[in-house]
Amino acid sequence: MTRPRNTAILASACIALSVLGPALWAQEAAGTAPTAAPGAAQDGSAVGGIVQSGAVPAPAAEPAPPTAADLAKRYGTIPEQGGLYLQAGFYQLVDALGLAVTLPEWLVVLVALLVVCLLVFGFINVFALFAVWLERKVSAHIQCRLGPMEVGPHGLLQTIADGIKLTAKEDIIPRLADRPLYILAPILVFTGVLIRFVPLPFGQHLVASDLDLGLFFVAAVGTVEVIGVIMAGWSSNNKWSLFGTIRTATQMVSYEIPIGFAFVAVIACAGSFSLQDIVNQQRGWFWNWYVLVNPFLTILSIVYLTASLAECKRAPFDLPEAESELVSGFHTEYTGMRFGLFFLSEYAAMYLVSAVAVVIFFGGWWSGIRPLDDIGMSPGSPPAAAIAGFLLKAAVFVTKAVVLVFVQVWVRWTLPRVRLDQMMHLCWKVLLPISLVCLVGSTLWQMASGGAGLYGIPALLGLGS
Amino acid sequence: MPDIKTEEMLLNMGPQHPSTHGVFRVVVRTDGEMVLETESHIGYLHRCFEKVAENNNYLQVVPYTDRMDYLCAMANNLGYAQTVEKLMQLQVPERAEHIRVIVTELNRIASHLMAFGTYGMDIGAMTPFLYAFRDREMILKIFEKLCGQRLNYSYVRIGGVTFDITDEIVADIARFCEYFEPSIIKEYNDLLSYNGIFISRTANVGVLPVELAISYGVTGPSLRGSGLKRDLRKDEPSSIYDRFEFDVPVGTGEMGTIGDCWDRYMVRIREMTESVKIIRQALDALPPGEFCDKKAFRGVKPPKGEVYHKVEGARGEVGFYLVSDGTNKPYRVKARGPSFSNISVLDALTSRGDCMVADMVAIIGSLDIVMGEVDR
Repeated sequence: MTRPRNTAILASACIALSVLGPALWAQEAAGTAPTAAPGAAQDGSAVGGIVQSGAVPAPAAEPAPPTAADLAKRYGTIPEQGGLYLQAGFYQLVDALGLAVTLPEWLVVLVALLVVCLLVFGFINVFALFAVWLERKVSAHIQCRLGPMEVGPHGLLQTIADGIKLTAKEDIIPRLADRPLYILAPILVFTGVLIRFVPLPFGQHLVASDLDLGLFFVAAVGTVEVIGVIMAGWSSNNKWSLFGTIRTATQMVSYEIPIGFAFVAVIACAGSFSLQDIVNQQRGWFWNWYVLVNPFLTILSIVYLTASLAECKRAPFDLPEAESELVSGFHTEYTGMRFGLFFLSEYAAMYLVSAVAVVIFFGGWWSGIRPLDDIGMSPGSPPAAAIAGFLLKAAVFVTKAVVLVFVQVWVRWTLPRVRLDQMMHLCWKVLLPISLVCLVGSTLWQMASGGAGLYGIPALLGLGS
Repeated sequence: MPDIKTEEMLLNMGPQHPSTHGVFRVVVRTDGEMVLETESHIGYLHRCFEKVAENNNYLQVVPYTDRMDYLCAMANNLGYAQTVEKLMQLQVPERAEHIRVIVTELNRIASHLMAFGTYGMDIGAMTPFLYAFRDREMILKIFEKLCGQRLNYSYVRIGGVTFDITDEIVADIARFCEYFEPSIIKEYNDLLSYNGIFISRTANVGVLPVELAISYGVTGPSLRGSGLKRDLRKDEPSSIYDRFEFDVPVGTGEMGTIGDCWDRYMVRIREMTESVKIIRQALDALPPGEFCDKKAFRGVKPPKGEVYHKVEGARGEVGFYLVSDGTNKPYRVKARGPSFSNISVLDALTSRGDCMVADMVAIIGSLDIVMGEVDR
């Protein structure tokens, strides 16, 4: 076979760009043009203002003269939220270099899009490399083995070596496969995971595009992945793949429902769909995290974590890939980088569900220790503090997500696999009723208690928030 | 709601499939995830053991028996050696008898460990497999020290065993017993046996009623899982098994119905404890003296006649039927592999219409077959 081996990865990058692009563009259109007001490109707090009492009007409305040479303004801050504002900084940089005058506006936006896309794409790739290594190491140590040790220190570069190997593999398409679908499927699956990264923050204001309907977007576009999986299994023309496909479709569609209810409960508490706002609501001590705000949300977080295992097709819900039953399910026939894309999307999805859990239940980028979180958050803090606070928050966020990824790995290498009927039983007869009750309970609790953290105990003790 | 008629699918499971434990093929008629009917096909590993045996002398047959049940080769060696000895009326030295019991029981543990590990893997838990291999490795190391082999030992031969057991190996075995029982068995139980998901996957699945088991000739742990206390070591003790104290664990339907997959699985776990008991007693009683009949080692020529003898292997009754025409080569060797009878009951268990594809994997695993023995 002399097919270009990287077609798949290039094509998916294109799709990712095309999907990320309009999302950001739409927001640009709603916001301000880069040349108009530096430091006020977009503002997520406009939505947050709904629940934040006394929120000042969004800076977009303020007339700010472009004083591009000023360093403090280049890393502009938002009064009521504080912290470093990267996108504003980007436009200030453009202004500072005088590019806004010489370059057309669309080009600046396009460059911004490309930078954001490549950053997100690069993060997913690097994280997947790390996660594969982590999984192999953790599983090895759970199983009294060493795991990869040869390539790099403690086998850190093993995944890169494996990735290179994958690209060098022969790209096989079975003779009786449905070629267009077969080729499209891995791209679609990868895209389905990738576009969910659009509203996902990596830190405060560190987000490809803070969509107003962020959480809804995450839940909705995730279904694209299911379509890709069905295409993969069907087009392979393999009965085992078909089994895996049907199982995947059943499983992912079912488990989206408890996840949806968990989302709705959090949205009801936060009063916003925006992931930035949801995190900002959890500012303060760790008892303001939604997981500790009321007992129903605590239960819902467990429901979400369980269902997200199923959503990622991870053990004990790895039926679609059930190695001992279906060999590898829907991607049995895939080789080389096409298989690599499935693999990559699995690990990207692991990070994704963990990051969403961090956002909606575990306080996002807030470390849960108030003084630590306040670094660089006051309007007048020096740029160094702002940058330090910004980096700290990004580190806190990613660390929390990695811890949850570790939990997923831990669970996978400990538990056996459930059967299809047991999985459906768990979803429809256990998780769904629980999540429904918790949705109602959480909303009522929120109304009664006013949303004080840790079931309202610190507030009773006068500890503040 | 009107009856929607969906098409059935014919699924070919094997000969290359991770859960058929070798080259075994099952043609499965499925309706969605439900298995309607299965048809087993064997013979992918046939090596004409019985015919080959006719062209070799009695001593040369021993290595072929290793390759029948390669996970419990000692029991096959033992079965064959004792059959020839029975034909020749040959008395084996006391020390050799003890060594035979020790190595057979050790190998039974190794084999059950393999069954435990692969069963966990069939159900979807990878980690027990590696745990089992960690401990099986210790037994294989002992065997390596004993006879230089890790899998196909040819250690038990006509007239005794090939090498004497040294004090160092005795200490190794004692240390293994100390390490293994009860703490490691408890670890297995915590990790897999009493895991909720594992129980829900195996309890009430693949119930094998005792009558059905007997009618198919199922033996060994698979039969005992159905609740019948049948163990050749107790019922027809061939070697010196009647001198040792041990229990025969049977399935009790603790988690579901008597004879389900969990019972068959648990019988193996409990048998490991019993095997350790036997090894400890045999080590204590190990007498000094010869470890083999040197004369028999140089070649045997049994008298004319025929004999059938069976011993309890890890998977059931290992039987050898031997016809001698008075020469140094057997006229006919017929081997009874327990896996062959055990696998024959599979279709009866999976064709009842209450079995899912995932259950089929659980049932095949719980019967613990070795294809080398099925096809011979």
